[in-house]
Amino acid sequence: MAASTSVSNAFRSTIVKKILMSLTGLGLVIFVLGHLIGNLSLLFGPEPFNLYSHKLMSLGPLLWVIEIGLVAFFLIHAWNGISVSRHNRRSRPVRYAKTGDAGGPSKKSLSSVSMIFTGIILLVFLVIHVATFKYGAYYTTVIDGVEMRDLYKLVYQKFHDPLYVFGYTGVMILLGFHLRHGFWSAFQSLGTNHPRYSGPIYTIGVVLAIVLAIGFIAIPLYTYFN
Amino acid sequence: MSEMTLKLSVWRQENAADAGKMVDYTLPGVSEHMSFLEMLDVLNEKIIAEGGDPIEFDNDCREGICGMCSLVINGIAHGPEKRTATCQLHMRHFKDGDHITIEPFRAEGFPVIRDLTVDRSSFDRIIAAGGYVSVNTGNAPDANAVPVSKEAADKAMDAAACIGCGACVAACPNASAALFVGAKISQYALQPQGDPERARRAQRMVDQMDAEGFGACSNHAECEAVCPKGISIMNIARMRREYLKAIIS
Repeated sequence: MAASTSVSNAFRSTIVKKILMSLTGLGLVIFVLGHLIGNLSLLFGPEPFNLYSHKLMSLGPLLWVIEIGLVAFFLIHAWNGISVSRHNRRSRPVRYAKTGDAGGPSKKSLSSVSMIFTGIILLVFLVIHVATFKYGAYYTTVIDGVEMRDLYKLVYQKFHDPLYVFGYTGVMILLGFHLRHGFWSAFQSLGTNHPRYSGPIYTIGVVLAIVLAIGFIAIPLYTYFN
Repeated sequence: MSEMTLKLSVWRQENAADAGKMVDYTLPGVSEHMSFLEMLDVLNEKIIAEGGDPIEFDNDCREGICGMCSLVINGIAHGPEKRTATCQLHMRHFKDGDHITIEPFRAEGFPVIRDLTVDRSSFDRIIAAGGYVSVNTGNAPDANAVPVSKEAADKAMDAAACIGCGACVAACPNASAALFVGAKISQYALQPQGDPERARRAQRMVDQMDAEGFGACSNHAECEAVCPKGISIMNIARMRREYLKAIIS
């Protein structure tokens, strides 16, 4: 039986919206993981970090493809997230006077019910973050005779600004909350649920959320207190 | 036999157009052996004796199998006991002096008719959209003509345990009907009898679910926790696979 619904209809379906969010979300998890690994070079001082960032900036057209891809992933993820969240609010026009948690197999948590809030804060943070570093002050340095951007200097300055450091730390905790529900939820939204693998996927999500949050918090705090 | 006195806050609403409000009652003489609905029957007797209108609530078999009873009790659909419909919930799970809040299932797809009674015909329309198998008339087929594996039969049976009460919708923070629709799609998708209409069924039932104004599933799994039949969210994952297969086929 051929599909009776048009493609445009399918994109309006809540299931397809969640599938798009899952695919982009998992893609962004990979990006964030890579970002953290790259950022670890900050712990080894100016040279390794500047060489790393110079290498990234020298990717040329490939960098453009990656950046456009990232922007697209963020936009698709956020757009569908906001759309689904608005739809969900309309789905219960009259709220309960008293709400409870059923417990047991339920995976409802502070993290799962706050996805839209943590998501919006992360989106706002992202804009500030890119403006601060990518489009921030352009210092230069020379390493091995090559002139390159001294991004370390800018990071060092920002990571000694208490407002930035503790704001950043707070947002990274929210990133952990977002991923704690988001990771396993993405697999479930993609239709993968298996008695053998779903448990481990859920656990991996929790571990990933903790590792990423702690990793991203450790770098500015380490820089700040050293 | 110990008797309890309960403080009850019950949602009262004249009709669909009425704004409705919570009304407090004090009910003495509640036996621990009463079911929750019997407790409400006693409350209604008291209200009628005092010249008021009884509280309207849905119920039918009172055996936990028909799916008619509903109610959100202290914020939890079908109350605090696991795998228990409201009619099978007994007052022994409460204690003297308890304050119990009783509300209707709340969802755009379940408009309140009166008091605690909601219109769940949106579920009927979802079923009408594809929750059936078309069979030729005539004699019943031979018993083993169409083999079904034990595993598929078990999973289909687990999904078919859904009594369509709508607690999944009531408990979902998004008022999503994904567990109900997932169970109904699964019970057919797992069996050869459901195969010919498989893609069309998944698509039509999901489209109808969205059209009825139910929310999108964000995998809180609260539905599974309140389901009187303990239906697994694995059926929601299957619904998504079925829908995806249908739209790309």
